[in-house]
Amino acid sequence: MAKLAIREERCKSCGICIEFCPENCLEIGDKLNAQGYRCVRLADPDACRACGICGRMCPDVVIEVWK
Amino acid sequence: MKAVFTRPESLTDKPFHFCPGCHHGVIHRLVAEAIDHYGVREKTIGAASVGCSVFLYDYFDIDVVESPHGRAPAVATGIKRANPDRFVLLYQGDGDLAAIGTAEIIHAANRGENLTVVFVNNTVYGMTGGQMAPTTLLGQPTTTSPYGREFGQDGYPIKMTEMLAQLEGVGYAARVAVDTPARLAKARKAVFQAFETQVEEKGMGFVEILATCPTNWGLPPLEAVKRVETEMIPYFPLGVYKERKGKDFL
Repeated sequence: MAKLAIREERCKSCGICIEFCPENCLEIGDKLNAQGYRCVRLADPDACRACGICGRMCPDVVIEVWK
Repeated sequence: MKAVFTRPESLTDKPFHFCPGCHHGVIHRLVAEAIDHYGVREKTIGAASVGCSVFLYDYFDIDVVESPHGRAPAVATGIKRANPDRFVLLYQGDGDLAAIGTAEIIHAANRGENLTVVFVNNTVYGMTGGQMAPTTLLGQPTTTSPYGREFGQDGYPIKMTEMLAQLEGVGYAARVAVDTPARLAKARKAVFQAFETQVEEKGMGFVEILATCPTNWGLPPLEAVKRVETEMIPYFPLGVYKERKGKDFL
């Protein structure tokens, strides 16, 4: 079971993690953070296989991944 | 649970001030991972440039000297010569390294100073408002070349890695990009190699990283990431241009 820790207050909604997720399990959520960006969220937790690409591609080190 | 990816220890908890989609954040993380890997956090002194990378001292858990515009190689030379046991890290942008401080970087490289240089090339002056840099691509509009860069007036984009690779004092020179996961993995290796060059005292370790500047390119983050592949990589070919195996100085 994969676990993603997303620091929502740091997300800038650039969409790079979503673009490169091989399982397409991330999406831009509806919630606004304090900076005014719509934060990314894990839409399909079952599809995630914790490859860590989202965390590595994220320019703001928002996502940490555990397996 | 097993950690697959976590924040490197050498990065402080301060949020980055960079624009959405800016590659500076990824490059900061790669450098922090290299500092962790070689265990040099307690003895690293950074020489930061002027530009978007100016807040290096806030984001890294290391000591940093803030250099005047483009003079980071000169400042770092002084630090390294006075403290040869310290690890000296330079982090410079293209306006800083390729324009204002061209003389400093070329002569520091030619003297074979044991330094690690991370050169972030995003083809514009980022922090000052997107003016044309020497690395700006032909036809690229900037605030000081609103109709696009034209070679008759502005010359050609400068290729720093190729230029520095010819110098005897350089131990490692490579150009990488961080726009896709595969290139990111290669970029990580190149940054580690540039660190190793200094650790093994083989001369200057130089790594040029092609990066986005969505705000000054006037593109959304994902289109800016694609531009790295479609426009930048054809003119700035990726690869390792020099790798010294032993201490074979002349």
